[in-house]
Amino acid sequence: MGQFAKITAAIAAILFSTPAFAWEPTKPVEIVVAAGAGGASDQMARMMQAAIQKNNLMKQPMVVSLKGGASGAEALMYMKSSQGDPNKVLIAYSLIYMLPLSAKIPFNWRDLTPVSVIALDQFVLWDNASGPKTVKDFIAAAKAASAPFKMGGTGSKREDNVLTVFMEQKTGAKFSYLPYKSGGEAATQLVGGHIESNVNNPSENLEVWRAGQVRALCVFDKERISYKTKVTDTQSWNDIPTCKEEGLDVQYLMLRAMFLPGKVTHEEQAFYVDLFQKVTQTPEYKDYMERQALKPIFLTGKDMIQFLEDDDKQNATLMNEAGFVAK
Amino acid sequence: MEAFGLLLHGFAVLLTWKTLLLMMVGLVLGIFVGVLPGLGGPNGVAILLPLTFTMDPTSAIVMLSCIYWGALFGGAITSILFNIPGEAWSVATTFDGYPMAQQGRAAEALTAAFTSSFIGSLVAVLLITFLAPMISSFALKFGPPEFFAVYLLTFCSFVGLGREAKHKTVISMSLGLLLAGVGMDTVSGQLRMTFGSAELLRGINFLVAVIGLFGISEILLTMEERLALRGHAAGISLRVVLSVWKDLPKYWMTLLRSSFIGCWLGITPGGAIAASFMGYNLAKRFSKDPESFGKGRIEGVFAPETAAHASGTSALLPMLALGIPGSGTAAILLGGLMVWGLNPGPLLFVEHKDFVWGLIASMYLGNVVGLVLVLTTVPIFASILRVPFAAVAPMIVVSCAIGAYAIQNAMFDIWLMLGFGVVGYVFKKISIPLAPFTLALVLGNRAEDAFRLSMIGSGGDMTVFWSNGLVGTITTLAIVLLFWPLIDRAFAGLTRLVRPARA
Repeated sequence: MGQFAKITAAIAAILFSTPAFAWEPTKPVEIVVAAGAGGASDQMARMMQAAIQKNNLMKQPMVVSLKGGASGAEALMYMKSSQGDPNKVLIAYSLIYMLPLSAKIPFNWRDLTPVSVIALDQFVLWDNASGPKTVKDFIAAAKAASAPFKMGGTGSKREDNVLTVFMEQKTGAKFSYLPYKSGGEAATQLVGGHIESNVNNPSENLEVWRAGQVRALCVFDKERISYKTKVTDTQSWNDIPTCKEEGLDVQYLMLRAMFLPGKVTHEEQAFYVDLFQKVTQTPEYKDYMERQALKPIFLTGKDMIQFLEDDDKQNATLMNEAGFVAK
Repeated sequence: MEAFGLLLHGFAVLLTWKTLLLMMVGLVLGIFVGVLPGLGGPNGVAILLPLTFTMDPTSAIVMLSCIYWGALFGGAITSILFNIPGEAWSVATTFDGYPMAQQGRAAEALTAAFTSSFIGSLVAVLLITFLAPMISSFALKFGPPEFFAVYLLTFCSFVGLGREAKHKTVISMSLGLLLAGVGMDTVSGQLRMTFGSAELLRGINFLVAVIGLFGISEILLTMEERLALRGHAAGISLRVVLSVWKDLPKYWMTLLRSSFIGCWLGITPGGAIAASFMGYNLAKRFSKDPESFGKGRIEGVFAPETAAHASGTSALLPMLALGIPGSGTAAILLGGLMVWGLNPGPLLFVEHKDFVWGLIASMYLGNVVGLVLVLTTVPIFASILRVPFAAVAPMIVVSCAIGAYAIQNAMFDIWLMLGFGVVGYVFKKISIPLAPFTLALVLGNRAEDAFRLSMIGSGGDMTVFWSNGLVGTITTLAIVLLFWPLIDRAFAGLTRLVRPARA
């Protein structure tokens, strides 16, 4: 009898649980992170793992696999070599455009199968709490400085570096860019007064901002960050003005998108599109987005391809102008 | 007393059944690897590190540090019973420990070794408890020039103070620096020395290198020497323990001196090996009867063991507060911290209080539990050595391979480990020290980045390394240490000149 009930339940599960799809993973799914432990991508992967598990979105478990070697190039090469394997999914960010250009990594995102864009990351201009109080004063101080005016960031010839060059072009000020290993390190160095400013993502400077050790000058986006809950004693993310409001017309956002390896079937791709759509509806995801001050977005199919092509073009242009493209 | 409150908080974090159980497991594993020839502290921790990746950081580091204590205790067992130093820093322990065992006083020697290990560690832990809070506020002062100055100090002190031939230290260090450059360069964003290989993109993981250099090479050496493991039976009775403890106060000067040397060398990166030799030599120099050393004198066991353990323990302080490891094992623990996303440095004490004070509290508990455990289990561990080497060696090699693979889930790393095994074997044959190589592999990248960031920040001006009191002092000290042998000789020359003048 027990046996019979089990079989019936199993058949029922097969028939009713996922009626729309012909395919679902049969092995644990590996979520590949192109960064080290504790970084933004790792945290996002762990959030997804928790969201999928708690809400029973997938039968197979999800494991996080860190491939942060060579600034994430390890993860890209790993995905490229896993052609046709639908049990690996990459959390990508703008390194997919930048690394092939700056370090000549033999990789092209068009070789992978796009699933969905799930978030956009903001960049904020920060300075030490004892530094200039407005963007205008800050730019003036950078122009007037006799010693190198130091801007810290993560890695070389990457988002932070490109954004710094972008600012130089718009303002005519000159910065000395100091590449650190992580955003956390750039945050500590700003607190210690070893650099004048950084362009960290909100989450990277969150703790030192709450401790009142750094000041958020402006956010590099067309509109303010939408979250209005107080984060520090006096300010919410929404209280940070946009750089354009402050007279610095620079916008820059970084995608966070999911990719499967190349040459997977449409059914396999469809399963993940649906899975991540469901993930974005979970409370875990919404909570995470607010905590990290990420901009919500969900793009897939043609919209996503269009977005990627445009984003790629913009990044390539910036990289070329900055002279970051390896010959 | 802030430190005291925080310490109590640390004990609160720690006193759960799960943590205590992990502690016991760690200690037993540690003693086990300490007893096995060819393993020992750094290797044991390196191999067992991936096992802890699934745990939360506090449990993981508690278990790892207990493996470390266990290995420290275990190293003494083989030194005394078999004349095989399980660790480089146990070498000095064999000088008097093995003769004592031959005279049938093995139990006495073991008790002395364990007790002095305990005392050395305890002094160092007390030091950590009261210095740690100060170090964290101090450390925010560290920018790229300061970091570079400290790395320079580490490298220079290895060259200037090391016991090995200077040119060999430099060769070993240079090779390490060279290999540290493989992979992605943070400052330029370019790949270096990867020769188009996707496997080399990751760079050379120092844990893989360490497992090969120490573990595999030791097996190769043992195979060659057909080492016969002939041990002395040992059992420890309560009576012997008590009689050794009763004599302890007689040696307070030796214990104190060795503790001091150990702490000092642990915080400055001199290391436990130097500390144990220095402790032994000084005890001999200050003894009324230096001739009896080397013939089974209990003081000859107390001195090096206390110093080695004080140094091994206090080496954790610069590792936690500044991210600079004072010993090989501390360097491996440092790698472990980074895997868990804990960036050792000033903010570790601010951001991860639970973790840091949990660890410090675990040093107290681990030592007490370890002492009891080791005194009761000596006969069992000694019996491991009766297992034929032919059976033990393959097990060690397999555990090394698993360890190397698990770090990055890469098959390539196993080949790399074997390669490093051969390198380690050759290095030992031509007596090139391995420690500077490992050190350069761990710190090479950071030192290079710190130097280049300082140069960007100062616009290429070298005087940035003397731009304030802190960085200036460290840089100057580094250069003094580099040329220490010359300075020392010059001083000696001067005194010789002065003396005849007086006479």
